[in-house]
Amino acid sequence: MGAGPILEVTGLYKNFGGVQAISDLNFILNPGELLGVIGPNGSGKTTAVNLITGFVKPTEGEILFKGEAITGMAPHKIVRRGISRTFQMVKPFYQLPAFKNMIIPLYSPRVKKMRGGKYGDRDAVALDLLEEVGFERDSMVAFKSAGALPQGYLKRLELAKAIALNPELMILDELFSGLSLAEVAGIVPIIEKLRFQGKTLIMIEHRLKELFRIADRVLVLNYGQKIAEGDASQVMDRPEVKKAYLGAE
Amino acid sequence: MLLGTLVYGLINSVVLALMAMGFNLTFGISGVANFAYGAMYIFSAYACWILANIFHFPFWIAIMASILFTTLLGSLMYRFVLLRVRGQVLSEVIATFGIGLAILELFRHLGFIGFEYTLPVFIDHSFMIADTYVDMQRILIVVAGALLVAGLWVFTHHTALGLAFRGIAQDERTALTLGIDSDWIGMLSVAFGCGLAAVAAVVIIPLGSISPGEGYEVLIKALAVCIIGGLGSTGGVIVASVIVGFAERFTDTYIGSHWTMIVSLAAILIVLAVKPSGLFGKQKELDERI
Amino acid sequence: MLYLSAPRLVPVLGFLLLPIFLNAYWQKVFLSVAVFGLLAISWDILAQSGMISLGQALFFGVGAYAAGTLNHYFGWHPLVTLPLASIFGGLICTGVLLPVLRLRGVYFSMVTLIIPLMLVRIVEATKVFGGTEGLSGIDALPSHWLEIYLVALVLLGALFGFRRMMDSDYGLVLKGIADNDRSVINAGINIYWFKAQALFISSSIGAFSGAFMTHVYMFVGMPVFALDYSILPIAAAVVGGPGTLAGAVLGACILVPLSEILRGIGGLRIVLYGLFLVVFIVGLPEGIFHFIQRKYHQFERWVEVD
Repeated sequence: MGAGPILEVTGLYKNFGGVQAISDLNFILNPGELLGVIGPNGSGKTTAVNLITGFVKPTEGEILFKGEAITGMAPHKIVRRGISRTFQMVKPFYQLPAFKNMIIPLYSPRVKKMRGGKYGDRDAVALDLLEEVGFERDSMVAFKSAGALPQGYLKRLELAKAIALNPELMILDELFSGLSLAEVAGIVPIIEKLRFQGKTLIMIEHRLKELFRIADRVLVLNYGQKIAEGDASQVMDRPEVKKAYLGAE
Repeated sequence: MLLGTLVYGLINSVVLALMAMGFNLTFGISGVANFAYGAMYIFSAYACWILANIFHFPFWIAIMASILFTTLLGSLMYRFVLLRVRGQVLSEVIATFGIGLAILELFRHLGFIGFEYTLPVFIDHSFMIADTYVDMQRILIVVAGALLVAGLWVFTHHTALGLAFRGIAQDERTALTLGIDSDWIGMLSVAFGCGLAAVAAVVIIPLGSISPGEGYEVLIKALAVCIIGGLGSTGGVIVASVIVGFAERFTDTYIGSHWTMIVSLAAILIVLAVKPSGLFGKQKELDERI
Repeated sequence: MLYLSAPRLVPVLGFLLLPIFLNAYWQKVFLSVAVFGLLAISWDILAQSGMISLGQALFFGVGAYAAGTLNHYFGWHPLVTLPLASIFGGLICTGVLLPVLRLRGVYFSMVTLIIPLMLVRIVEATKVFGGTEGLSGIDALPSHWLEIYLVALVLLGALFGFRRMMDSDYGLVLKGIADNDRSVINAGINIYWFKAQALFISSSIGAFSGAFMTHVYMFVGMPVFALDYSILPIAAAVVGGPGTLAGAVLGACILVPLSEILRGIGGLRIVLYGLFLVVFIVGLPEGIFHFIQRKYHQFERWVEVD
């Protein structure tokens, strides 16, 4: 693991034709950390992710990944450098079986490079990856069409697609949303495993209790600005944060 | 010669803007690309002709009626065809294309071709501007164009429906949550666009004659102007019409009339190469869908 | 075994054996079916990749003129001009349409619609490449039977070959781009590169059919950019069943002979195409092929279990 932060965001601004979605966002992420990003709806969390992953170009500011500037880079190139993300609204290819949904990430040039130029048997790799996120092989659930799967499995599929790219930094956008407590409890071990493998994670969440159990640090956004950063318990005691979530007293 | 070219350039620009306005508006509001647009244009012209020459309606009534009929046709097309495939771009494109095709070729098959198929000018008179003859109809076109743009501006900024149009154009989901019915607006946008096509037809056709081929010409011109100016942007359409309108006229006067189409095509290719979404286009592919 | 292979054998045998039994007139129709079948396949590949082309005539015309000019001005043999025209035609068309790939799908449809129509007027006005009269005296292929079997084999090859391609993982990426391109970008794949590839493949197929027709009619002129060449392939694919390539060919097999038979009613033909397009795309979007496919699979039959 290299010296120095894995992600540095400096002075980030994004204006969407009049709406200031992100103002002066600054933070640093060290390798191996799990950073939680929280904030009320509309606070700019997903925009921040889109900015980092290149789906949206910043109006101002700089983003460094492993010391290299990725500001304004095309999203597919950023993915190839080692950042992968999941989307809040999970949209798999519904008619295809779950494991076939994995083919596209496995077709990625990044995966090709990692396997030394040969793709190998993508179907087999897909099934292995799915098993790692909890698609029990015996139940053949990986062969069911994505349209027939419950939300819990769809979220795991989305996670598996991101893992397939063998990223160093993973950004998970509301992974826990729509899941029952049991389903969340089932996914958390997978996150722990990812951390154990040395991956750095950013998790955007509304499910604060579940997030605080696993996050090292938490960053709070409100109206596109960072209003607090630090330990989970510290941050929730801050008056600005309470005000943002609950309204003024 | 220069002044004459400038005058005709202006007129040409207004003609182009009138032609493109309806298509651009429909797309700008509801995202529907109405490939039956050219057919609607011709339909209104023929409807007007039929009402005036076969049913002997007074000309003014024929005009009003044909604009109304075309608007109605547009809403019917939306209600019975587009509504079923709303959101699937492939189907929308093919369906409107098919309808446009059927209408134009039906007129062609029924034999509505010939010099007698034309609409009369409103006022038969001409002026001398500097050293060029300009007929009243062309002046009327410019006036109509200006009125239309002004009217549209007032409509979209100061009436409830117009504001609803702009709301949907900016952000469909939010507009929906505010109680603006997307389907209804969709139908209105298509009907509106067709109505504008009808207005343009009634004003412009008197300069020449009606023919199904014109339908394809109008579609080409509208598409060209929208591509150059940027789909969905009224300002873009106006600027693009001015650029293309003057460029065509100057090419026609100083280089040769057969080069005008090349100029238009070149303009399109340049815009595509330099700023593909058009001069005023706001088509940021990914920005708008995340 | 027969159950599986029969549907594949029917078109193969049909295209290979049928020409022997046809008279000269119907052999020309056969050529038309094959050419429109190729244009329909080309359209379908683009449609599956998320690009709706309203201008197959562009590919057709560019290929036609490419072959025509190579033969007319340089005297190259048809068997040389055909592959060259296909590739060059593909490169030119892809190059021209490259900027539009980044925009909303509707731009692609708009641009493909108007460019061939503009080219007609330009050729007419500037009298380039023979102008209104076009280039005549183009060489024909060495033999009549070569003509027929060359295009039949190309059609069958395209049908089975590209069907295979679209069923493979590569095809899955293309279909993924059509369905949810954000997801594909998220996998680190450059979707514009893939779209360009699909475009090149399609336009080369289209260019080939244009080049081929130039050598059949021994002439190339403005009509190669006519709307007919854009409309019929779409109608064939939509009626036959979009998304399967086989449907496209089936549609061509139905519509082209039908259009020949209906030649008597003149322009009404196109009205019917227009109506067909609307009726099918709205009412029976899966097309005839899928319908037949379903029925075929619904037949009860005995299967041996080892």
